[in-house]
Amino acid sequence: MEAVHPASGVATLSWLLLALPAFGALVLLIGGKRTDKWGHLLGCLTIIAAFVIGLITFINATGLAVADRVQELHLFSWIPVNALQVDFGLRLDPLSLTFVLLITGVGGLIHIYSIGYMSHDRDRRRFFAYLNLFVASMLLLVLSDSFVTLYLGWEGVGLASYLLIGWYTDRPAAATAAKKAFLMNRVGDVGLAIAIFILFANLHTTQYSVVFANIHTLSPGTITAIALLLLLGACGKSGQFPLQSWLPDAMEGPTPVSALIHAATMVTAGVYLVCRSNPIYDLTTAGRLTVVFVGAITLLIGCVVGCAYDDIKKVLAYSTVSQIGYMMLAAGLGPFGYALAIVHLLTHGFFKAGLFLGAGSVMHGMDDEVNMRKFGGLFKRMPITAVTFGLGYLAIIGFPGLSGYFSKDAIIDAAFNQPGWEGWVFGLAAAIGAGLTAFYMTRLVLMTFFGKERWRDQKSVNGNDFHPHEASPVMWVPMVILAVGSIGAGAYLSIGHRLSDWLTPSLGALQERSAGPLSSIEITILTLVLAAIGVLVAFVVVGRRDVPVVRPERVSWPVRAARANLYGDALNETLIARPGLWLDRALVFGDKFGIDGAVNGIGILFRGSSGRLRKLQTGFVRSYALSMLGGAIVLIGALLLVRFSG
Amino acid sequence: MNTSTAVSISGGGFPWLLAVILLPLLGGVIVAFFKNDARLAKTAALLFSLVEFALTLVVLFNYHASGARIQLAGSADWVASFGVHFSFGVDGIALIMLVMLGGLTPIVLGASWQEKLPEGRSMAGFFSLILVMESLVMAVFAATDVFLFYVLFEIMLIPMYFLIGGYGGPGLRRQYAAVKFFLYSFLGGLLMLASAIGCWSYVESVTGTGTFDWATLTRVVSHAPLGTQIWLFMGFFFAFAIKAPLVPFHTWLPDAVQESPVGVGVFLVGVLDKVGIYGFLRYCLPMFPAASKTLAPLVLVLSVIGVLYGSLLAAGQSDMKRFVAYVSIAHFGFMGVGVFAFTAQSEVGAVTYMLNHSISTGMLLLVVGMIAVRGKSFKAEDYGGMAKVTPLLAGTFFLAGLTTLSLPGTNSFISEFLVLIGSYETQPVYAILATIGMVLAALYVLWLVQRVMHGPLRGKAFGADEPLVQVTGGPGAATDPISRAKGMIKDLNGRERLVLAPMVILILLLGFYPKPLLDVVNPSVSATLTSVGVSVDANQGGN
Repeated sequence: MEAVHPASGVATLSWLLLALPAFGALVLLIGGKRTDKWGHLLGCLTIIAAFVIGLITFINATGLAVADRVQELHLFSWIPVNALQVDFGLRLDPLSLTFVLLITGVGGLIHIYSIGYMSHDRDRRRFFAYLNLFVASMLLLVLSDSFVTLYLGWEGVGLASYLLIGWYTDRPAAATAAKKAFLMNRVGDVGLAIAIFILFANLHTTQYSVVFANIHTLSPGTITAIALLLLLGACGKSGQFPLQSWLPDAMEGPTPVSALIHAATMVTAGVYLVCRSNPIYDLTTAGRLTVVFVGAITLLIGCVVGCAYDDIKKVLAYSTVSQIGYMMLAAGLGPFGYALAIVHLLTHGFFKAGLFLGAGSVMHGMDDEVNMRKFGGLFKRMPITAVTFGLGYLAIIGFPGLSGYFSKDAIIDAAFNQPGWEGWVFGLAAAIGAGLTAFYMTRLVLMTFFGKERWRDQKSVNGNDFHPHEASPVMWVPMVILAVGSIGAGAYLSIGHRLSDWLTPSLGALQERSAGPLSSIEITILTLVLAAIGVLVAFVVVGRRDVPVVRPERVSWPVRAARANLYGDALNETLIARPGLWLDRALVFGDKFGIDGAVNGIGILFRGSSGRLRKLQTGFVRSYALSMLGGAIVLIGALLLVRFSG
Repeated sequence: MNTSTAVSISGGGFPWLLAVILLPLLGGVIVAFFKNDARLAKTAALLFSLVEFALTLVVLFNYHASGARIQLAGSADWVASFGVHFSFGVDGIALIMLVMLGGLTPIVLGASWQEKLPEGRSMAGFFSLILVMESLVMAVFAATDVFLFYVLFEIMLIPMYFLIGGYGGPGLRRQYAAVKFFLYSFLGGLLMLASAIGCWSYVESVTGTGTFDWATLTRVVSHAPLGTQIWLFMGFFFAFAIKAPLVPFHTWLPDAVQESPVGVGVFLVGVLDKVGIYGFLRYCLPMFPAASKTLAPLVLVLSVIGVLYGSLLAAGQSDMKRFVAYVSIAHFGFMGVGVFAFTAQSEVGAVTYMLNHSISTGMLLLVVGMIAVRGKSFKAEDYGGMAKVTPLLAGTFFLAGLTTLSLPGTNSFISEFLVLIGSYETQPVYAILATIGMVLAALYVLWLVQRVMHGPLRGKAFGADEPLVQVTGGPGAATDPISRAKGMIKDLNGRERLVLAPMVILILLLGFYPKPLLDVVNPSVSATLTSVGVSVDANQGGN
């Protein structure tokens, strides 16, 4: 851990990073309809301005000596009660500044894209207010210098996602999905909250710098407990097993929201939390192992379910679940993986945002249709979308030279290079995941952009004919920029350990070891072969046959299981929702007829007929005084008796 | 202290405090005379309440957080031979309650401006009773004589009884609720009286002269043997556990809130119930420290049950007023945990929770009332899709919901967080159980928001019991259903905005900058804790 310095120079202006988007949100929310004309521009401007400030701070930080790169900026005292002193403060270090650039950069592009995408919505300015709130919360989450302010941003992100997922509130599915997202997040938040309580009870602070410097004084059991509770929080926010099922439902929001949630912000928060808490995870093998397990399980769940869906956004959603699984897996490898998780997080930010915006562009041109069975042959109709999407696709399947190749293969490599059974289990899980990813992504691209134009004799969800067309420049320019990132970011960040060296003051130096069963070359070849098999299978299954427009229902058990999210929702329903509902009904009944029934039994004695009630009311003061006297005498007598006899 | 002089005033500012107590009473009497002119009565009442609020602010500025335990104190003999005094004074905790009540009253009056009263009831009577009640509750918080506190504790039931029984829902049901409320509270009060007299006689047996003076009584009784303390504690405890309602003493509250006019309901959950928590802090803890500690597990169990049980029941209500009542029961559970966990953070959390709960739940209930004015029903199932038609109303409802579920950035978060982080230190198990309440809170709030505000347009608000229109009809629909619905019901009007604006501002202000509030409360909490024998090192800053 590097020493912490007070912020100086341009870094002292970094509060603007939070203030600008928050200000934008406030103006748009209070201004209401009056801001209709320019609201979206204000939203974009504040984010771009934040990006510029972030960039200047970032560049400035690269000029500092390595030892001076962790800075803190105290803003004001937030919750001071004796030993508990929670300050509103920012921590500017390589990790947080990297996130700032991702959030404001990709977030800014999504903002610009939304101008076009939401142009027909009469509440567009409110949409931008929520987007701004989202970005502000996310920036607070990564910039805060204590667990409590992180928690503020953490729940702020939850709120903004609730508002955005439930954007189309008149659709019951959207309202339900928003509620589900918030609730599952809250389950995770309980973990984070209790972790904070434990930290405070033991260390009397929640500030990172002090916590990290003293965490080693706690007992190993306590440290593991904290690590697991933080992980619970991370699982909620990042859609990791067992709290993954809200993430695909979150597709009910407008597509730019999906891009924002799934690429630049929200879901990366869990990975951030684990990486940020690296001094805690460094001290607990059990905690790290659990993280790796969660990551490995989630990445496989995401891949498997992703293979079965026909909804273009849902497939991408499960692909996010799976890619975040990779990041979690990497983060769980500790010093061997923190930086790899962040590298993949950044490259994923580019290509996944690009993929989602591409999907949004397809939907925009296809009258909001998401069923890929009705697509086909769209390459000719929307070439820019198809090419940018194709680059994102090549990146995510790990095509040599593109972003995903560098970032994902590094994780698979590190997973294999674990001693004993862990190397095999986690390495193979990651490699098989790569094969499955290649399959479902190829399937998606083939069904959407190639093959027969199945939409010709179909109607859209809204009951219209399809007139596919390319999106306007305000939408495709961001897609092109993201595509460039999909190509080059991986190589730029990975070659020569550029990013991991930069992150060293925050995450410690990236370590490497070759403890596993296979050499690096063998792992790369294995991964490429598996991916190639995935692509080939997809070609055989989808590319060479006609895709049925109606989903076949007579399918094998694994496909049915995958279509049912591997029964995740059913499990929630049977184990939690249904018993909860029954318990609730029983309690409501019991309250009325049990507790209150007993009370009313006594009450009847007093109440009698309505006539007596009136009498009670009119003779109110008299009977009041009388009963007060009588009751008091009895009770005092009883009490004094007890006291003097005892 | 039994001084020979009949009247004593220590420190400055007492006249201000006296004015705070008496002004609303005077106002209530005057307003009662304007029976024939509702407009005049309402305006006069509002003016009185606004001046009263200003007076509470004067008291606030005359109070010095780092000064004596009880400030702006004054006393006059009442029944000298029994050591009963008219004596008043405030500490930081009481002060917050006074300002809260002072600020809440004009808001409640504003919100009740167009209340539809039962036949034969006048606006003058309604507003007059509210002012009288304000005066009595002010006096309850400021009383520093235990007997005086008891008397006021009981007398304040009278205006409340008439407010529920006279101005609430349909005839018999409201009277049932009023009587139930009255009997519950009254019974609790009697037990308290018994304990108070027990305390008196204990003081007499120790010092030779009996007194009801809070400070003297506390000093002597707090050293009583544990067995005696437990008996005396019980009397106060039951009175306060009924008032604040802890499960299983709670069933009067949902009935009372359901049958009250909305404004009265706000007073009930926002102010009257706080007397219970306040009583724990001001009477139970300092007077019976050993008993408080011994019986803390009992109270903690009841409180945690309250959190979980209240939350689950809230989720199961269809009447929105009852919903608010059960939400309050859950919140009182949090406060109970905070008070009986005995750490600086948890106590400060509980005290600020009293204030924040009044703001958040008060606002929730007021907005519920505004919804019901439009939809003529308090049943959640009579609504749907309001967000599209009345965005501002939906927005304020949502914000009230957010502070009810203690979202960080809102006022309630500060209190709930302090309660939980503080109680975890001494009572980790109860703290963790109460933390589960966070998830349940999200459940019941979002459930209600979704039911009322989201989905297709539905319900009586639009003149139809059945789903009126399916919004997802697409461009085929002949007329825009939303525009049609907008013609049927209006969004918040100017008066309603004015009523809600201060609450919105306070929610955000106290959520992001609660320091001034915490600084006022903290010294009094430390004093309370010291009297329980918990040492609080005020200088133990962030290390």
